[in-house]
Amino acid sequence: MEANFAALAEAAPRIWEGLGITLLLTLGGALLAIVIAVVLGLGARLNNVFLRGICRVFIEFFRGTSLVVQLFFFFFVLPQLGVDLPAMVCGILGLGLNYGAYCAEVVRGSINSVPTGQWEATTALSLSKAQRMRRIIFPQAWALMIPSLTNYLIHMLKGTAIVSFITLADLTFHTEQLRQDTNTFFAYGVSLVIYFVLAYILTLMMKGLEVQAKHKLGRGESLRDTLSLKAPDTAVAAEGGKG
Amino acid sequence: MNELWDWDAAYAVLPELLLAFLKVTLVVTVVSTAIAAVLGLVIAILRMSVPKPVAVVISFVGDFIRMTPIVVQLLFAYWTFLSVDPIIIGIAVFGIHYSTYMAEVYRAGIESVPKGQWEATKALSMSTSRTWVAVVIPQALRATVPALGNYAISMFKDTPFLLSIGVVEMVRAGLTFGGNHFRYMEAITLAGVIFLLASYPTSLLISRLEKRLAYNY
Repeated sequence: MEANFAALAEAAPRIWEGLGITLLLTLGGALLAIVIAVVLGLGARLNNVFLRGICRVFIEFFRGTSLVVQLFFFFFVLPQLGVDLPAMVCGILGLGLNYGAYCAEVVRGSINSVPTGQWEATTALSLSKAQRMRRIIFPQAWALMIPSLTNYLIHMLKGTAIVSFITLADLTFHTEQLRQDTNTFFAYGVSLVIYFVLAYILTLMMKGLEVQAKHKLGRGESLRDTLSLKAPDTAVAAEGGKG
Repeated sequence: MNELWDWDAAYAVLPELLLAFLKVTLVVTVVSTAIAAVLGLVIAILRMSVPKPVAVVISFVGDFIRMTPIVVQLLFAYWTFLSVDPIIIGIAVFGIHYSTYMAEVYRAGIESVPKGQWEATKALSMSTSRTWVAVVIPQALRATVPALGNYAISMFKDTPFLLSIGVVEMVRAGLTFGGNHFRYMEAITLAGVIFLLASYPTSLLISRLEKRLAYNY
């Protein structure tokens, strides 16, 4: 066992680097995915049949062909077409497009489930379409979509474990190196725990976002209040916040 | 050689892809889905009928499996059981991994069975096993069918992860062909097309089923 920990200590800098690659892929992919999700999710609600059709085809295409196929397409096929992207860009593109398409459905569904009264109220206030979406509908939809987005974020983190096949030395790649110096149980045990902790931290951060989004809508306490150790202010809570 | 799309290469790779698809991708999807569907139900029922501390442990193990990458789990099992055929490893890992998702689906389904149903079984002094088999599970399952179908599709699209333990599923077959012929275009594209052709109609079918079950409920 001591030999294992000595090997782990020796491998720590490499594992740290691998962790960086895994995180960069996850966060890069997540940023791309959210942009794509909002664009396609709004696009899939347009009245224009042509534009809506394009968005739908895009969503179904990237959802229907597997993530791994897309990663390999960017990495192996694009160079053949004269587009030679760095492996990291291929990874982020693949993850972002695949999960962006999934999340687009979440965005569309959440916007559709904002109560009709809210839409009618914006008409009564004669807000423009852009104002309606930006100031009234989207903030409410955002609070609704965060739990589903969290699930996809965890899926994305898990999906990054395949990138050693496009030459990226991520956490899984270095786990395999560590296995050769120690044993399977130790190396993969360490790796699984690291992935679990990462996933847990990401979940907590998304929970924080959700608390904040709800607070902005006047529901529940602010993130700072949630995180502080003092007893909740019941008087404010009873008023339903100041939002 | 350098044109965008080479039909000869496409015709050459297609049989290999389809063979790998039928022999590995489909087999793993179907068998693992069956394992996950049964194991998930067992986990869901177990968690509701054992003492609280044991239930907490089961939940934690479930979360742990659900929140860690299937690729790492595959490699872990592969190196631990070196003498076992990788495809068996794949089927087992996919089955267990997805059973943790399906357990959540069943839990929601079981919780959606009205309390009155439980009380009625008590009033009729049914045994615990009969309560589950004759009353709760049939009602819970109805609501869970679409969600289970969606997880089967997402498992289907996850099967290329099997290439990490050397199983020649469709994408691996395509990569091998691409490497041998210095052309990845046809192999990878066709693999994607096959995935799309198989998963899109299935997901349409499931969403229709979802509407029908919801309507009749």
